[in-house]
Amino acid sequence: MHLFKTPNFDFLRWRWIAIGLSWLVIVAGLVTIWTRGMPLGVEFSGGTIVIVQFDQQPPDPSVIRAALDRASPGEGENAVIQPYGDANSRQYLIRVPGVGQESGRGLSQVADRVINALKAANVGSFHPNGTEIVGPAVGQDLRRKGILATSLSLVGILLYIAFRFQFSFAVGAVIATIHDLLVTFAFLAFFRYDLSLNVIAAILTVTGYSTNDTIVIFDRVRENMRSMRRDKLYDVVNRAVNQTLGRTVITAGTALLSAIALFLFGGDVLHGFAFTMIVGIITGTYSSVFIAAAIAVIWQARAKTPGKLATSAPAPAAPTPAKARRPGRRRAS
Amino acid sequence: MNKNVRWKLLTSLAVFIIFFAVGPYPILAQRLHLPIPGWLAAKQLKLGLDLKGGVHLVLRVQTDDALKINATTTSEQLREALRTAGISVSSIALTGVDRFQVSGVPAARDAEFRRIADDQTATNYNRNPTGGGAYEFAMKPNIANDMREQAVTQALQTIDRRVNELGVAEPNISRYGQSNDEILVQLPGVSDVGRAKEIISNTAVLELKIVEAGPAGTQEQLLQSYSGKVPEDMEVVQGAASSGDTSYYLVRKVPAVTGQDLRSAKPTIDENNQPAVAFSLTNDGSRKFGKVTGENVGRLLAIVLDRRVISAPRIEQRITSDGRIHGSFTTEQVNDLSLVLRTGALPASLTYLQEQVIGPSLGADSIRAGVLASLVGLFLVVMFMLVYYRLSGVNAVVALLFNLVILLGLMAYINATMTLPGIAGFVLTMGIGVDSNVLIFERIKEELEAQRGVRASINSGFSRVFLTLLDTHIASLISAAFLFQFGTGPIRGFAMTLVIGLISNLFTSTFVSKTLFEAALGHRQTAELSI
Repeated sequence: MHLFKTPNFDFLRWRWIAIGLSWLVIVAGLVTIWTRGMPLGVEFSGGTIVIVQFDQQPPDPSVIRAALDRASPGEGENAVIQPYGDANSRQYLIRVPGVGQESGRGLSQVADRVINALKAANVGSFHPNGTEIVGPAVGQDLRRKGILATSLSLVGILLYIAFRFQFSFAVGAVIATIHDLLVTFAFLAFFRYDLSLNVIAAILTVTGYSTNDTIVIFDRVRENMRSMRRDKLYDVVNRAVNQTLGRTVITAGTALLSAIALFLFGGDVLHGFAFTMIVGIITGTYSSVFIAAAIAVIWQARAKTPGKLATSAPAPAAPTPAKARRPGRRRAS
Repeated sequence: MNKNVRWKLLTSLAVFIIFFAVGPYPILAQRLHLPIPGWLAAKQLKLGLDLKGGVHLVLRVQTDDALKINATTTSEQLREALRTAGISVSSIALTGVDRFQVSGVPAARDAEFRRIADDQTATNYNRNPTGGGAYEFAMKPNIANDMREQAVTQALQTIDRRVNELGVAEPNISRYGQSNDEILVQLPGVSDVGRAKEIISNTAVLELKIVEAGPAGTQEQLLQSYSGKVPEDMEVVQGAASSGDTSYYLVRKVPAVTGQDLRSAKPTIDENNQPAVAFSLTNDGSRKFGKVTGENVGRLLAIVLDRRVISAPRIEQRITSDGRIHGSFTTEQVNDLSLVLRTGALPASLTYLQEQVIGPSLGADSIRAGVLASLVGLFLVVMFMLVYYRLSGVNAVVALLFNLVILLGLMAYINATMTLPGIAGFVLTMGIGVDSNVLIFERIKEELEAQRGVRASINSGFSRVFLTLLDTHIASLISAAFLFQFGTGPIRGFAMTLVIGLISNLFTSTFVSKTLFEAALGHRQTAELSI
């Protein structure tokens, strides 16, 4: 079976349009983050989460909100109250920004206050099913470590690609990865998903996935450069993208299948994770072709002096033969 | 069949059986009640807190406390030595957690003072003259670091003992984060956080001190005969509010005995049938206690716990090895207090930075959802591979299952813990495994189209893609390694799964998959490949 019978699309022709589209999404995302803020998970912002399980029909969120406000004015107003777990599990996740004092055993004061407020409000019998309390110090610490881990793994990838390929490729790969990060953040901000540790794990997975995709194409470019010595990088890259197109689509497709299964069946805890994966797989696949490969070509064209990467002889105006059929200089195996 | 291929096939099979025995078999055995040797059952993959339910706490050791205790003790020892030598100074006072100042040293005896001071403090403190017969003693930075380090280690050990006495199964108590003073405590299956926290962070600093004045209702009354000022070698301690005592006591700073002199502590009943804690002292402690009580018959002895006077009985006679702590305790308080006294005092107080309670049903929900999602994902991918690659798809599916078996086996072998992000790591590993097979198969297809023989196409497909696979896997390993090194908690679990998955995938996709192709082809010269 074949998805594409010898595809021969001129992908790079769309490079400027693609870059424009990416800028649009990224700028819209940044504006959203600027105006509405990036929603942070409790492990980064600090705060208190209480998950309560009701024995009977749970009350309306507004009732819970009012009960919290009675116990401590303003608490209900700033609380996030949402159903949790299966639709019929009768659980609510209640998140309030405050925590008790970090000294001694005071950290759980706010959680206790939430539970007592519900008890006092007579909303039917319930029991707390879980709590999570993160003091401000931990939040800052995790934020710092999250940024550190991400930046270092990016630098690691950059160095590896620069070492294995050429510099212009590394530039393309890293710009593509940064692009994927920004686009993913933009979509998280559009759809208001909390940035949590799980989401960070997904973002890092996605950067890995995207680099993976990019390396597959670059690897093919490197291989083609040996057999297409007389062609322009533009054509060599286009050819590589076409050659790996079947693989790109199938891999992205199966990865998407897994991510969608995770999104639909993975439960509330994995929701943000799966959403990030879905966005990341799409943008990662897109960026490998339209950003990474395109930037490598653009970078090469701008750097006037053609190094060993560029055509060894100045490209002739003649039509490129490679486009028609792949000339074979194959090793006998 | 080619001999070479037979060996490869046998190797693959052996690897499969070994990892199957360590990984999936114990899980299946437990479900289906199959026989299993004990050593294998002990290796079983453990569930993380997020799946099993339990309490997760992050605490910080206030290492300043430990320094302050040392600075106090050292300054008191110096005071004692100066008194013996007959040198009177105007004051000795703490000026920070790791330093104290001596002022008013008589100029005539300056040299003698320095000699005595250096005898007492030179190993741990630097002496800096601050002019006018005053000296500051500051703890040496390396000593301070050692002391902080020691405080954290000691706190870790104390918490470990306490948790063990509580009878929690498979607790995890370890250092946490990069700041060196944080401790992670995970208690699977525990749901009463309040009591767990109470027991863990109870500093339980027990000191028995001779009362110099009091009890008195207010500080002013207490200090009447001292013209309103607390003498430097004494301190004011309040009664414990919990036992309804709000009066003040003036006690000696240096305790007669401390919790470190305890040999044992156990719950008991006093003569009024009230719960109390009976303790006995070590030989050294008995000697000290006997001397102090013998010298102070008729005075009050304050039992000070965590800087509060629990009770202050009168010393009727010289006491040596045994004693009892009264107060208005409940039976549970007495049990907990003897537990913490028995397991030793914490060297410094603790503060809680993070706490998480996962109810058992919440964990079970997460497992169900995570496993369901993984199975659905796996099913969809398998169906796709079988439809798209036909018979070669079977090869890919075998490689995929092989990969998951190795992953489970290795995780069980290294005693890794399965967490929710770990399940996500499984899903990603599946994705990477499929990708490797797709890369290889697409390349084989290309080679076939170029009208090369089936065998040659398979060989060159594998050999050409190998470099690509190596590049992608190494790049992923690099980022996973950074995640593991600098990430926290769930991210580390994820990175761990990913690293193992990448390694096992490189093996299955390049070795197992190829062996399967070769075995299927045998000696036949086929022109067709179902791909």
